[in-house]
Amino acid sequence: MSNLLLLLVVVLTAVALVCAGWGFGVWLSPRSYNPLKEETYECGVPTRGRSWMQFRAGYYLFALLFLMFDVEAVFLFPWAVIANEMGTAALYTVLFFLVVLTLGLAYAWKKGALEWK
Amino acid sequence: MFDFSVVTTWIDEGLRSIMPAAGAIAIECVLIGVLLLAVYAVFALVLILAERKVCAAFQCRLGPNRVGPWGSIQTVADMVKIITKEIISIRHVDSFLHNLAPFLVIIASLLAFSCIPFAKGLHILDFNVGILFMIAASSIGIVGILLAGWSSNNKFSLIGAMRSGAQMISYELSIGLSIMTIVVLSGTMQISELAEGQNELWFIFKGHIPACIAFVVYLIAGTAETNRGPFDLPEAESELTAGYHTEYSGMHFGFYYVAEFVNMFIVAAIATTVFLGGWMPLHIPGLDSFNHAMNYIPSLFWFLGKSIVMVFVIMWFKWTFPRLRIDQLIRLEWKYLLPLNLVNLILMVLIVALGWHF
Repeated sequence: MSNLLLLLVVVLTAVALVCAGWGFGVWLSPRSYNPLKEETYECGVPTRGRSWMQFRAGYYLFALLFLMFDVEAVFLFPWAVIANEMGTAALYTVLFFLVVLTLGLAYAWKKGALEWK
Repeated sequence: MFDFSVVTTWIDEGLRSIMPAAGAIAIECVLIGVLLLAVYAVFALVLILAERKVCAAFQCRLGPNRVGPWGSIQTVADMVKIITKEIISIRHVDSFLHNLAPFLVIIASLLAFSCIPFAKGLHILDFNVGILFMIAASSIGIVGILLAGWSSNNKFSLIGAMRSGAQMISYELSIGLSIMTIVVLSGTMQISELAEGQNELWFIFKGHIPACIAFVVYLIAGTAETNRGPFDLPEAESELTAGYHTEYSGMHFGFYYVAEFVNMFIVAAIATTVFLGGWMPLHIPGLDSFNHAMNYIPSLFWFLGKSIVMVFVIMWFKWTFPRLRIDQLIRLEWKYLLPLNLVNLILMVLIVALGWHF
């Protein structure tokens, strides 16, 4: 069988697993109504305000850095497979690529983007 | 070595001889789905029990020992309990995203799980970009966790999900780069060929120094990727109650719990497949009689044995090291592991180019 069909089978199996677990949970479990039970969980006091709010920008910075290096990984994987056959010319190209990326990391490091303040 | 593709071919031919091809394929699809679910569930149950027993042993306790012999069906009882618990609907959540998140987590976990080569010919998905697909599929889980935290409208969940997102995307780089180091050595990304390529020597021995560095980096990053061990600050119970799944209850919570444990096995299985020879027996070049004797142990036992050792090591991490702070966690990845990985990759390229590997 083709891999794509199997991929579809696996995804459908996962969806079926969650639907079945959820369905059985709703079907078998008792239900009771209590206004306090529907409240947001907090340490015994009502939550103040909503939680959909601004949060620290530090996470955003790491997401950007991650994007840079993850795209790099995608570019490097095809080269890694044939690194041995491509010889030195491809190696120099990739090394140049890596140097540029390392400069990017060094810049982020120097700017203090890697510090968790 | 017994090749499991003999069994699958035999079933395929048997079905095709009694019905049209479309019917045979439909039956095979259902069969694969049912088998996958059964194996997935059994792994989750066994791993949860193992975790509790190992944890108890580390803390000089007995662990579960009442339900069944040595507490062996404790987790089955737990699963029945969690299914019969109420799924509470919270008033302020974004209910669509809240219900969508477990689907993403389970899809990611099951996709990665179906790539694992348990024995020769015993795998479901075998792409020619297999290992890259495995990393890509398992990273869908991050989206599920971020959605779970954001949609819960709870400050504990939000902080837990953001920490988890930052941690998982950071350590994903190390996973990718350390596996890339081995891809340079093996020259293939197909998982079945990765295992075949270790017939002579496992990659951790074949690539000696850079492979060992990559293995250690992979173990650290893999532990962080599963939100476990010393890296469990997304759900640090002393500060965030339960992190991103605070607002989940009943079976909805059960999905996160199951996925977390199976993900631990997936990390161990990738470590086994990529570094420790997968289902290949231990072969030492030159010792023919030894290699021949090793071939008598079935490949399934080799794979499960090595994976269980790796799972034990990951559990060992959890019960030995104290939890890291988020700044330590970020520093470890971006200032130590990532530069080390880049240098290690170049070192491996040089060793392969000069033929200095075994």
